[in-house]
Amino acid sequence: MNSLFTPLSWDDTGYILTGIWNTITISVVAIVVGTLLGMVIGFARAESNRAVNVLFGGVLDVLRSVPLIIQLVLFSTFVGAIGYPLDPFVAGSIVLSLYTMAFMSEVFRGGFESVSQSMQTAARSLGMTYWQTIYHIRFPIGLRAVLPSWLGVALSVIKDSALVSVIGYMELLRTSEQLIGRTQQPLTILIGVGIFYFIISYPLSHYGRSLERKMAI
Amino acid sequence: MEYQFHWNIVFQKMPELLNGAFVTLHVSVLAMLLGIVIAILLAIAKMNNSKPFCYVATVWVEIARNTPALFQIYMAYFGLGAFGIHLSPYVAVLSALVFINAGYLTETFRGGFQSIPSTQYSASKSLGMSSIQTYRYVILPQMLRRIYHPMTNQFVWSILMSSLGILVGMSELSGTTQRLQSASFRTLEFFIVAAVMYFIITKLVLFGSSLLSRRLFKGEI
Repeated sequence: MNSLFTPLSWDDTGYILTGIWNTITISVVAIVVGTLLGMVIGFARAESNRAVNVLFGGVLDVLRSVPLIIQLVLFSTFVGAIGYPLDPFVAGSIVLSLYTMAFMSEVFRGGFESVSQSMQTAARSLGMTYWQTIYHIRFPIGLRAVLPSWLGVALSVIKDSALVSVIGYMELLRTSEQLIGRTQQPLTILIGVGIFYFIISYPLSHYGRSLERKMAI
Repeated sequence: MEYQFHWNIVFQKMPELLNGAFVTLHVSVLAMLLGIVIAILLAIAKMNNSKPFCYVATVWVEIARNTPALFQIYMAYFGLGAFGIHLSPYVAVLSALVFINAGYLTETFRGGFQSIPSTQYSASKSLGMSSIQTYRYVILPQMLRRIYHPMTNQFVWSILMSSLGILVGMSELSGTTQRLQSASFRTLEFFIVAAVMYFIITKLVLFGSSLLSRRLFKGEI
């Protein structure tokens, strides 16, 4: 008997693994790029005056107040419309990185601003140059303070990476959706997918919370 | 750039978009209210010593916090179908949002509750307050102050995440946008308008929330 639907089999492992791999790749790219850009912008915002901050803040605000899914569709249609269609991975990485950057910059800004002015003054009075103060005082102390929040943003990026499926990137949820279409076994597949995300996210979020508790004391 | 913008069609369809925006607001408000109710129950269960309730609450919170929102929506939309429960897109998105909101708010409420030192209970008692008075005049006002901002953030998050309705064919703002653009091929125009509308909605919510907080807390926050 030939059926339209075929049950889930071991042959699908490769397909699922591709999805897992793609989810991991795009999350890592977005977290790394978003962290680096966020750190630079966060530092710039902690350093600069009101006018620059309003300008920066406005752009970052848009990135944070428009749903990621809309940003993804807009960006990929836009580059297509101006004649440079991008691969879903590239388009997705760019949007997800900028989105991550918007959240990371706030995290880092808070961290850098938490380093007290008197500590910086003390460092300067010890004869450190401006850059030495940044390198030896502000970065190490500021960055340590943001680790729990950084972890929180990074975890939400891993979860949000599922949305890149909307522009056709074959990440885990999209592969699973296609498998559901073929096998008609939604529950098995979805539970598997849920377990994957849970295994990544649960230990890290616990570590983040314990870190937060340790730092609070 | 060779792309020609055609805004006319978007303005013609404005009523439908506004209707979609209304559904977005509607589903997020409902998800927030139900989420708050469930979160209060879960927070009580988590702080309680009775094992089964505490266990259920912990599992709920951890699943909600550690899996993607899209996964929850798929679970409600496709996954429950395996049990013969077929939800409409609206109900599927609503239940997923309620599930997640409840999960996050539980921790917020618990944190807010535990942040109030136990000495305050003894102090109120020594002033001759009944336990209802203690909660009404001492504990809850302080708690509300601590959980107000996290709750606002959660609400904004719900509005933004309800946009995932686009993937299950719900007719909220993004879903409507998707439907209209596929009928007219003016993808860019429609999604730009949708983005602007989301931005305005979030800003209005944040503005309203800060006005309310100024009234509620009289500037001392």
